[in-house]
Amino acid sequence: MLRLDGVAAGYGAVRVLDGVSLTAEPGQITCIMGRNGAGKSTLIKAIMGLVSPTAGTIMLDGVALHSLPAHLIPRHGVAYVPQGRRLFGPLTVAENLSIGLMTRGFGDEVRDRVLTLFPRLRERLDQVSQTLSGGEQQMLAIGRALCLEPKVILLDEPTEGLQPSMIALIRDVVVTLKAQGVAVVLVEQRPDAVLRMADRVAFMAQGRVATVVAAAELTRDSSLFQQFVGV
Amino acid sequence: MSFGPFLLLAVMESLVTAATLALTAVGLSLVFGTMRVVNVAHGEFFMLGAVLAWFVTTSVGGPEWIGFVAALALAPLGVAAVAALADRLVLKRLNYEPEATIVATIGLLYILQQAALTFYGPEARPVEPPFNFRIQFPWFGYSGYKLFVIFAAIAVLLAVWWGLTRSKAGLIMRATQVDRDTARAFGINVDRVYAGVFALGAALAAIAAVLIVPIQQAHYLMGGEPLLLAFITVIVGGLGSLRGTVIAALVIGLSDGLIAFFYSPTLAKILATLLVALVLVFRPQGLFGAKA
Repeated sequence: MLRLDGVAAGYGAVRVLDGVSLTAEPGQITCIMGRNGAGKSTLIKAIMGLVSPTAGTIMLDGVALHSLPAHLIPRHGVAYVPQGRRLFGPLTVAENLSIGLMTRGFGDEVRDRVLTLFPRLRERLDQVSQTLSGGEQQMLAIGRALCLEPKVILLDEPTEGLQPSMIALIRDVVVTLKAQGVAVVLVEQRPDAVLRMADRVAFMAQGRVATVVAAAELTRDSSLFQQFVGV
Repeated sequence: MSFGPFLLLAVMESLVTAATLALTAVGLSLVFGTMRVVNVAHGEFFMLGAVLAWFVTTSVGGPEWIGFVAALALAPLGVAAVAALADRLVLKRLNYEPEATIVATIGLLYILQQAALTFYGPEARPVEPPFNFRIQFPWFGYSGYKLFVIFAAIAVLLAVWWGLTRSKAGLIMRATQVDRDTARAFGINVDRVYAGVFALGAALAAIAAVLIVPIQQAHYLMGGEPLLLAFITVIVGGLGSLRGTVIAALVIGLSDGLIAFFYSPTLAKILATLLVALVLVFRPQGLFGAKA
């Protein structure tokens, strides 16, 4: 289980996270929602060690992630799908996947499993990734993360700017990961997507988790969406 | 000698310049492309390579080729170690901030230069070539060693290209070059990559120096010209573009050599600098660089 207690972090003198506490359970999808600037992406970066926490703890199955250098965190099974994909653009699809595989020393077997989830990538292994369509790039960003065989996957707005068929595909993959026992942390702005997938929703405001509710409650009373996201 | 053979001789001399320039400039380009560090001390790594080559060849007894082979192995290693140390002690502490690292590498330039002056002295000293044979053309005889320099530089450049495009280390370097944060998020130890790239860049300059030092003598102020030409090459070729750097080295090395041969070295430098100015005005990303 991923557990954050009182995490504070920011950029220079600007404090963005101000005591975030949150858990993500295996086999559950935890969605994080909030307005722009609430600290959602910074929270994900703090878990990955890309922004250093100034206070609090981030623990994964007894391992103190907050005290590890960033490059060691993925080796503990934490995978990251950044906002805007951030592929290694001049590298081919196969090379992007290789970077993911190298992280934990996996080989062709894991790559084949990933390519079974995204067969279109198999047809484009030698294509330079920055020439893929937006949907294919997002498949690759998720596929690259899945090459780590993660215990926890952090997805930062993975459906942003995608067409409905691609959103449905990504949703299916996320649900599959949940069924496999992966703890999914999903930053998402679209209430319909959240209600279809999430087990729990954490609403953030001003650098804190204001409230965590079961997704089922939101189907009965959606006022929290209005309060924290403005939709 | 008629014009044709004279031109052939000039081209061969220029190719020697182009070959060592390509090695030096590729080192500079690798460092900038991966780390975004403008290494003003790169010419001093070249100088240090030449000076270490002199120390190694004078320390090793026996035939000249043994000393030369030892210098070719040890001088780049020594220079790479100095570069890795500089990365760890200086650049890493500055978090590789572009402006700060320019100032820091200017400081490094003076430290290396003054260290060479202190421990090596102000004299220009020769290093014996590993072999002496002349290739006899119908019009003139030409140094076999100079041809060796050209082929050795091509071999090293091919090895660098192979390493970058075909090896695991090259893949890691290219990924880090694209996006260091995402590279970290996929387990890449970016600090180690940066130290390795800085060392590799310096080692390439040192290899160029070891190859050239039997032709030019080792001197503590010899780093200035290779630095200037390497910067011109990297800017014209496109910052961070290895293909562009090699092509620009060929063009600039040949034109510099030919103009110096037929007219004057000063005119060659003026025209090369003018070319940089034109590239910066009309194609700031260089001939083969990607637009920012």
